[in-house]
Amino acid sequence: MTKIDFKTAGPFIALVALFILGIFVNDAFLSAGNVSNILARSSFIGIVAIGATFVITTGGIDLSVGSMAAFISGCMILLMNALMATIDSLVTIIFLAIVASAAIGGLAGMINGLLTTKAKIEAFIVTLGTMGIYRSLVTYMADGGTLSLNFTLGDVYSEVYYGTLFGLPYPVWVFLAVAVIGYVLLNMTVFGRHCFAVGSNESVAHYSAINVDRVKTATYILQGLCVSIATIIYVPRLGSASGQTGILWELEAIAAVIIGGTMLKGGYGRIGGTVVGALILTLIGNILNLTDAVSNYLNGAVQGVIVIVAVYLQRGAWRAKD
Amino acid sequence: MTNNEMKAVRAHSASGSLGEILCLSSLFAGTVINTVCKFAKHSILTLAASSLLLAVAPTLRAQTIGVSIPAATHGWAGGLNFHAEQTKARLEAANPGLKVVLVTANSASEQANDLEDLVAIHRMDALVILPFESAPLTGPVRNTKRRGVFVTVVDRGLSEPGIHDVYVAGNNAEMGRVSGEYIKERLDGNGKIVVLRGMPTVIDEQRFDGFMLALEGSNIEVLDDQYANWNRDDGFTVMQDFLSRFSEIDAVWAQDDDIAIGVIQAVRQARRQEELFIVGGGGMKDIVKRVLDGDELTPVDVLYPPSMISTAMELTALKFISDTPIEGEYILGSPLITRENAEDYYFPDSPF
Repeated sequence: MTKIDFKTAGPFIALVALFILGIFVNDAFLSAGNVSNILARSSFIGIVAIGATFVITTGGIDLSVGSMAAFISGCMILLMNALMATIDSLVTIIFLAIVASAAIGGLAGMINGLLTTKAKIEAFIVTLGTMGIYRSLVTYMADGGTLSLNFTLGDVYSEVYYGTLFGLPYPVWVFLAVAVIGYVLLNMTVFGRHCFAVGSNESVAHYSAINVDRVKTATYILQGLCVSIATIIYVPRLGSASGQTGILWELEAIAAVIIGGTMLKGGYGRIGGTVVGALILTLIGNILNLTDAVSNYLNGAVQGVIVIVAVYLQRGAWRAKD
Repeated sequence: MTNNEMKAVRAHSASGSLGEILCLSSLFAGTVINTVCKFAKHSILTLAASSLLLAVAPTLRAQTIGVSIPAATHGWAGGLNFHAEQTKARLEAANPGLKVVLVTANSASEQANDLEDLVAIHRMDALVILPFESAPLTGPVRNTKRRGVFVTVVDRGLSEPGIHDVYVAGNNAEMGRVSGEYIKERLDGNGKIVVLRGMPTVIDEQRFDGFMLALEGSNIEVLDDQYANWNRDDGFTVMQDFLSRFSEIDAVWAQDDDIAIGVIQAVRQARRQEELFIVGGGGMKDIVKRVLDGDELTPVDVLYPPSMISTAMELTALKFISDTPIEGEYILGSPLITRENAEDYYFPDSPF
């Protein structure tokens, strides 16, 4: 047995424990419908968190993802509604919106990245700033209300969230695909190794001829693209965006990453752990909704305790082995 | 209203009053109307001229009503801003001697600053305020009142009694009661329901208590209640879990129209539209439209009108344009919006 095994197993043990708890709490927990709900639900935070794994592994942080998601959602809805007047094919409109979404996400990520690397502003401040900017932009675009997708278009597009393949909703497949690509990128490529190196020690990485700025900027662009992908499957769910869309996603994504075993200070990251972390967060909410044993007022406390215990399982066991 | 627009309004009103003062002083001096007056509003010229003719000189400065409300950061507040702007336009068009200055704030402290500006720069005669929070704004409003400003408080009462001249508010307990009565009647006093609440606040508590009180004595079982934070995503998630958990649900009280939108999607996803109906609250145009169209899933809605700001502004204006006594407290009802009367509550241009 090595300490690595404990570290890897920690979040997984927590997930299994929660799963067993869920079964005891309510019979409905294991129903096909509930399991597919949980998986589809965790895909938003999960996909965003996979991007965040890269940023955090490299020693950065991105607080803007939640409001970026709201902003991209708003842009997509406005664009699609506007295109309804000029383009007949609904599928073409949706395709164009998806392309625009990826472009905005990539660009927004690049802005975060360049401000961090070229302008030498701390990532925390840069992304705190862009967080405020995107949040008020979407509120402005919606006139303080809610942007709603054209009904006909919404009906067609909703298939992307509600449709299934081999019994699993599309968002779950997208989540899986992003996770696999993220895993390969982080663990099997030069870029991934550079992320670890930059996160461990920026100066050493720099002297080892790694283009630190480029690696860091790339992680923010990846993060932006992940937000865009999450948005592409989020918009068809309710067909609307408002100033409340994606609130606190940034904290949930960071929590999922840390629960999964990635170090907040950088230098070590695990995509598999992040996926498990996102599932744990969704499971907690789901289980609390399935029981009335816990007072509503205490939901937040239960979530807090479980998050801390999950991280303790992983860190505590790891430290004991030292 | 955006900051730019706000600046524009402020700039406009500032230049307006300057123009008036120049204009009036020149009239009193008996000089020929000078070029400055070309820029002043025609109506003010007429007003000033007629007062001169009658040799009566009441307050010749336009009466100013300051309106201070929270910025449009969520749906209901968006509706509030929409109605405030509409009412401002209507009041000013109908009463040339009346000026309405509308300011929006993002926090309680910003709103306190706004009050100072309204007094110092705009020299308002009356204030209509929907306080961001009751306690922190009680002091600033009291100070405004001491300077002789007529005070109308909307929706959230101040922490100290006796400050306001007029109080206009919705009735949260009544909103809960009306929703409860409808569900009880529609289910003939028998059935299983779930409740999605807002956030743990006084408003939510009053609505919930009113609702539960209305159900008392019936055989309606509330299977569970959970917070959905007054937003669509949480409405969707919580309802999905209720649907997994309970195989029989006869009705849903979503309390708020944003939550109701999420609930509708979850119910449609589970294809259980046939077995239940949803009662939201607020009067959001999307839901009112569904009621109007006779949607079986959302047969009714319960009003908690953001247009209460209009009620407050119109009442306050009466103080200046008539002798009508208006001081007192006005509690608005929460009528049931049904297919028959939905037309009256449908504002397609409003953001809410």
